[in-house]
Amino acid sequence: MQLDAKVPSGPIEKKWDQRRFEMKLVNPANKRKHTILVVGSGLAGASAAASLAELGYHVKCFCFQDSPRRAHSIAAQGGINAAKNYQNDGDSVMRLFYDTVKGGDFRSRESNVYRLAQISVEIIDQCVAQGVPFAREYGGLLANRSFGGAQVSRTFYARGQTGQQLLLGAYQALERQIGLGKVEMFPRTEMLDLVIADGQARGIVTRNLITGKLETQAGDAVVLGTGGYGNVFYLSTNAKGSNATAIWRAYKRGAAFANPCYTQIHPTCIPVSGEYQSKLTLMSESLRNDGRIWVPLKKGDSRPPSQIPAEERDYYLERRYPAFGNLVPRDVASRAAKQVCDEGRGVGPGGLGVYLDFKNAIERLGEPVVRDRYGNLFEMYERITGEDPYQVPMRIFPAIHYTMGGLWVDYNLMSNVPGLFVVGEANFSDHGANRLGASALMQGLADGYFVLPYTIGDYLATAKPAKVEAASAPFTDAEREVKARLDKLLGINGKRTVDSFHKEVGRILWEDCGMARTAEGLKRALQKIPELREQFWKDVAVLGGEGEVNQQLEKAGRVADFLELAELICLDALDRAESCGCHLREEFQTPDGEAKRNDADFSYVAAWEWKGPGEQPALNKEPLSFEHVHLAQRSYK
Amino acid sequence: MKSFKLILNVWRQKSGNADGKFVRYEVPDVSEHMSFLEMLDVLNEALIGRGEQPVAFDHDCREGICGMCGFMINGDAHGPLPGTTVCQLHMRHFHDGQELWLEPWRARAFPVVRDLMVNRSAFDRVIAAGGFVSVNTGGVPDGNTLPIGKLDADRAMDAAACIGCGACVAMCPNSAAALFTGAKISHLGLLPQGQPERNTRAERMVTQMHAEGFGHCTSTGECEAVCPKHIKLEVIARMNADFLRAKLRSRD
Ligand SMILES: Cc1cc2nc3c(=O)[nH]c(=O)nc-3n(C[C@H](O)[C@H](O)[C@H](O)COP(=O)(O)OP(=O)(O)OC[C@H]3O[C@@H](n4cnc5c(N)ncnc54)[C@H](O)[C@@H]3O)c2cc1C
Ligand code: SF4
Ligand code: FES
Repeated sequence: MQLDAKVPSGPIEKKWDQRRFEMKLVNPANKRKHTILVVGSGLAGASAAASLAELGYHVKCFCFQDSPRRAHSIAAQGGINAAKNYQNDGDSVMRLFYDTVKGGDFRSRESNVYRLAQISVEIIDQCVAQGVPFAREYGGLLANRSFGGAQVSRTFYARGQTGQQLLLGAYQALERQIGLGKVEMFPRTEMLDLVIADGQARGIVTRNLITGKLETQAGDAVVLGTGGYGNVFYLSTNAKGSNATAIWRAYKRGAAFANPCYTQIHPTCIPVSGEYQSKLTLMSESLRNDGRIWVPLKKGDSRPPSQIPAEERDYYLERRYPAFGNLVPRDVASRAAKQVCDEGRGVGPGGLGVYLDFKNAIERLGEPVVRDRYGNLFEMYERITGEDPYQVPMRIFPAIHYTMGGLWVDYNLMSNVPGLFVVGEANFSDHGANRLGASALMQGLADGYFVLPYTIGDYLATAKPAKVEAASAPFTDAEREVKARLDKLLGINGKRTVDSFHKEVGRILWEDCGMARTAEGLKRALQKIPELREQFWKDVAVLGGEGEVNQQLEKAGRVADFLELAELICLDALDRAESCGCHLREEFQTPDGEAKRNDADFSYVAAWEWKGPGEQPALNKEPLSFEHVHLAQRSYK
Repeated sequence: MKSFKLILNVWRQKSGNADGKFVRYEVPDVSEHMSFLEMLDVLNEALIGRGEQPVAFDHDCREGICGMCGFMINGDAHGPLPGTTVCQLHMRHFHDGQELWLEPWRARAFPVVRDLMVNRSAFDRVIAAGGFVSVNTGGVPDGNTLPIGKLDADRAMDAAACIGCGACVAMCPNSAAALFTGAKISHLGLLPQGQPERNTRAERMVTQMHAEGFGHCTSTGECEAVCPKHIKLEVIARMNADFLRAKLRSRD
């Protein structure tokens, strides 16, 4: 497989200009003759679909929810970064770039990250123009906060609902184009396969989730903005419907899957309360700005927190990382929580939790200020746990949150399959081995508003895709394969529910490919997963028929894909015999338990290539070089 | 951990065209820490185990923000707890032996799809009629060139918090969508960015709202009481004011 990242030449701050200049343009009169299929209506998909339609392309957009406004992006709480330096605290494009490359533990492509930092400033302007109600200061200017371990205040926010407001901005732009007849929207429609004709991505196979009808759609390019695959772990902070099917089907049609093992675990989530638990709820990271994290010094101390005196508490982040304290990056905070719980010092049911305490903040700032900053989060916590965080410390525990891995893309956001573009969390591009807070929203919107609309034009003008018919062989073949797969799932008539399989694969991953990984554990998981998959195809119970609303069938298809993806995740984690960012291999740590990279051997993007059923996927490497950010061991001490 | 038994009467309807009816189920092991939807997950796992069709219901984020979930519990949209979507409703608010009746939103503009699921695409069409600021991507001024007072920004945010769940319509005796539509008109109408299109927006959105078959608002206030995001009735006053002004303007 040829992996050409197509990074433009020239100095890093000129690369994007250079590329935009090199690009071929599509004649405005011809744009409407090009149909572009955009799968996904999250920040990445909706912003891309709206912007492409504004430029004049004919766009078809798909999502599985009942409305594009409900994409998982809606749940993002904390904020979106931009190098505006409005606070005059020394921020710049260079600093945001530097922080993101370092935060990603030197496993991302410098040129992409630099462009992201450059574009970040335009995103805020665009969203303001759309009427996104960002928080304001009394003087009327935009407010910022520091977030997720950044030492400058560059995060823009709309209360605790930033993702919602940004998505509604993109959704409204999308609805405007739908109203103008420029975008055809297909809600409650799931993409079940990618169609490749003459080596180019030319279409998709979809299932209407109301009628069950299978359809093929043809276009000149396909854009996947289908989000992350964190739900492979079953329990995660992702929405229940988030899935890997679109990117997994594309992988099986030849698109390379990059760095699947890079999965982010968020340190501040509400702990599991029972076997019935269906998802985990994130408590915004902004809480770490004022909350203090601690556990009892003594093992198995079961006294209520109020009865544990200060000298018997271990504020372990402040102790271990005096410079960053409670604001260390996510991977570091999560791992530290796991360590204290492994030592038997965790709190709450099963000892799987640590305290996040606001007592000092309430004393220092007064309850009204704390209420103003975090009121809605405290309310949410109380609604879920029945405990009042103004009175007792919150209990939190890390949970799967985000996936840095995804389909491999070049600088133009095109995968190795010509005509297949991948945006947002679905691609692997900008976050390396660890994503910093408030940077996924930034990336999704950068991709969708400001990168893809240009690069897709260049592709269309250069590749000049020929006419295709949705009735031609590659389409009908793909549809037949999808149908056969659905028939197979419905025909098993087994005894175990889809969820039981999903929970089991999630447990295997969490145990052996979660916050800390070992070769031994990964090999164990690589043994268990294929066995479980085999059992799934023999014993899963999927009731009902194909031509009706069938939520079990939807889930079964997604879990079948997770059962394959899980194996690739472990394979990648095993191959990467180093620690970096969120990928901690216990064999590779510094003496004080920090991730120890091996730049000589692993400074590459691992792009996996499907080789057929039962075959070992092939590993292709895109080497990474760091010319602008000096390779160094991360330190937050 | 306390656990208890519930009796559920659930509306079962195979498709939009089929007839529906209530079916009675017992859920023996409800934990007080479960969410309402997790309780339904437990019921569904048991139903599948018995070879029966699970209950279909819409949901996604389970965090009260996507607006996908929602059905009636004993006549209350999203259940008995104010300010809460059904995915954020926890079982500690129910008691042993309680009998509950679950049914989908009932409104002409929201046809039933299956069991507790309805089709709310009418809301999308109301937004497509004018719930936006007509700016294309690119070429916009710097975000700070347009100062917006904190109070206005906060009030716009209050209205923008609507999650499009449809509870307001379900609870309204007239099945009106005034709270939903008024929320978007207010969000944009309170901001300077929304001024150029303020009149046309109100006129188009209100016209579309009626075309979709939503009823007329008679100010019963049921919508405000049930709204999980505390959208205030004043958004309806603003919608009416903008609509009237638009009508007057369009006559000169
Ligand atoms: C609780 C939470 C809080 C977060 N907070 C922040 C934050 O404060 N700041 C930040 O920067 N990031 C945050 N993130 C991360 C961020 O929200 C996501 O990474 C980002 O929104 C992903 O956007 P997306 O457009 O790539 O995908 P999504 O928003 O996940 O959208 C995926 C879309 O694809 C569609 N889709 C998926 N599969 C198919 C299919 N097979 N067929 C058809 N359609 C399909 C879906 O319907 C949906 O429309 C948070 C994440 C979570 C879980
Ligand atoms: S106004 Fe309230 S009840 Fe109505 S759709 Fe919006 S959030 Fe739901
Ligand atoms: S499932 Fe998203 S609001 Fe309830």
